Amino acid sequence: MKISRVAEILEAKVLTGGDLLDCEVNSACGSDMMSDVLAYVKDQGILLTGLMNVQVIRTLLMMDMNCVVFVRGKVPAAGIVDFAEENGVAVLQTDLPMFESCGRLYAAGLGRADLESGPEREEV
Amino acid sequence: MSDTLHYHFDVDGASFANAGRASVETKKLLRQLGVAPNVIRSISVAMYEGEINMVIHAHGGDADVYITEDTIIIILKDEGPGIRNVEEAMKEGFSTAPENIRALGFGAGMGLPNMKRYSDEMHIDTKVGVGTTIELWYHLNKQQ
Repeated sequence: MKISRVAEILEAKVLTGGDLLDCEVNSACGSDMMSDVLAYVKDQGILLTGLMNVQVIRTLLMMDMNCVVFVRGKVPAAGIVDFAEENGVAVLQTDLPMFESCGRLYAAGLGRADLESGPEREEV
Repeated sequence: MSDTLHYHFDVDGASFANAGRASVETKKLLRQLGVAPNVIRSISVAMYEGEINMVIHAHGGDADVYITEDTIIIILKDEGPGIRNVEEAMKEGFSTAPENIRALGFGAGMGLPNMKRYSDEMHIDTKVGVGTTIELWYHLNKQQ
């Protein structure tokens, strides 16, 4: 699934990383605990989180993830967005809560190898 | 064994926002050196957790990276409070981090376990009231 499609499904604003919207991601991870992301993430491209600090972006960099979605309508400080931009990380922001955000993406086939056969999926 | 490359970083303990800088720099260096991506990932995660620990618990310290043809060693040295019970600290979920650190996304008791998980060898030398030195070893030939 392309990051642009993720933004569409989550009705998210793209705060930075417009040039990454065509990147494909295979799966996502939802967590507010960065140590868990470091422990368990395999090759998910996207992190959904309600945590707002620069360590979120560093965690993404460590895990080679290229997109973060800030959920629950929280707006990240400019410093966080700037740091993401400098390091080639796309930042999306949605008003949806974590549960619904993950649910929508999962229902649309993200992270489900059985459903997502082609590079681009249309409506389920 | 040929030359050893050595990089030194000061881990600034004054600001949580700065924690992880050395790891980000090291990751860039390793990429430039052409180290395998899975090894870079492991080193990045382990070093990052170590750096966070140094900032949370020990007011920062020194991070040194040694690279030879077949081995990478990361040495994280602080003069913090030391670890009272290493065995306990190695258990997933065990943490002595204050609540405000948990609110920042860390301090869930995954730091040392993650460092062990993401290294070939981990050696902890710690003394209460003196400090802690952790060595992370990576054998490059083993991991392709």
